[in-house]
Amino acid sequence: GPLSDRSLMEVRLGELPAWLATRDFSPQGLLGGVQKAWSSYYNKYINVKRGGPAGISMLLAGYCLLSYSWNYQHISKISFLASV
Amino acid sequence: MNLSFFDQFTSPYLLGIPLILVSTMFPALLLPSTDNRWLPNRLCTLQLWLSHLITKQLMVPLNKKGHKWALILTSLMTLLLMINLLGLLPYTFTPTTQLSMNMALAFPLWFATLLTGLRNQPSTSLGHLLPEGTPTPLIPALIMIETTSLLIRPLALGVRLTANLTAGHLLIQLISTATITLLPLIPTVSLLTTLILLLLTILEVAVAMIQAYVFVLLLTLYLQENI
Repeated sequence: GPLSDRSLMEVRLGELPAWLATRDFSPQGLLGGVQKAWSSYYNKYINVKRGGPAGISMLLAGYCLLSYSWNYQHISKISFLASV
Repeated sequence: MNLSFFDQFTSPYLLGIPLILVSTMFPALLLPSTDNRWLPNRLCTLQLWLSHLITKQLMVPLNKKGHKWALILTSLMTLLLMINLLGLLPYTFTPTTQLSMNMALAFPLWFATLLTGLRNQPSTSLGHLLPEGTPTPLIPALIMIETTSLLIRPLALGVRLTANLTAGHLLIQLISTATITLLPLIPTVSLLTTLILLLLTILEVAVAMIQAYVFVLLLTLYLQENI
């Protein structure tokens, strides 16, 4: 279909800049994008008939990774030699 | 540059956004709202069971008027439980280690219970300042003691939560530093310290849940006296 209607997974690598140009980057657009991403994750991994710990564990692992990257500048300044 | 042990309690900034903001809003993702279905998914079932348990436990001692507080108390309990437990994951930040946040939760809620009591039944609320059966000469001293105990309640609520969680996190950090430092020197003692660390982590999980419960339970107790 037309470039602006396709989702990210269906866009070929060469078409990526053109596709990015068609995206809506206003606050409402970004919020809508976040909402869409969350509901697609939720419906694929959590909102299933016989779910298990996997859906939530991925979310928690992602949260740990996010916290790590948020902390990185601070943590990277430890020198181990100073404590020995 | 060496890291001091209290550095884990400073909220790190990235692009000007403090991590405490993300940490406070993250539990909302883990508690999805139910659709218009009776049994949406297993996560919602678990969440419903937990919120029923919490609400029943907190609301049974209260009278009918107190049941208006059910929503705020249950959601407060769920928030504190989630925040405390999420803080035990590696690299995460626990907002309830900040005294400012806990006082912001404790003081308005305690003050609301006090004002409810003073507005609706002022003599009964003031009557709580004097326990029954006190000998007459002790009355003035006891009134002052009870007033102090009343006024110190919000401070106690806030500081209790902060101190418990901060102490737990600090202990975990200290013992893990000891384990890592001892590993090349005396591996046996390092193994013992790892055992202590394991037990401490189990304790911290329990403390996280208990402290959230105690916070909200005390608020219901203060509400019982005043409503």
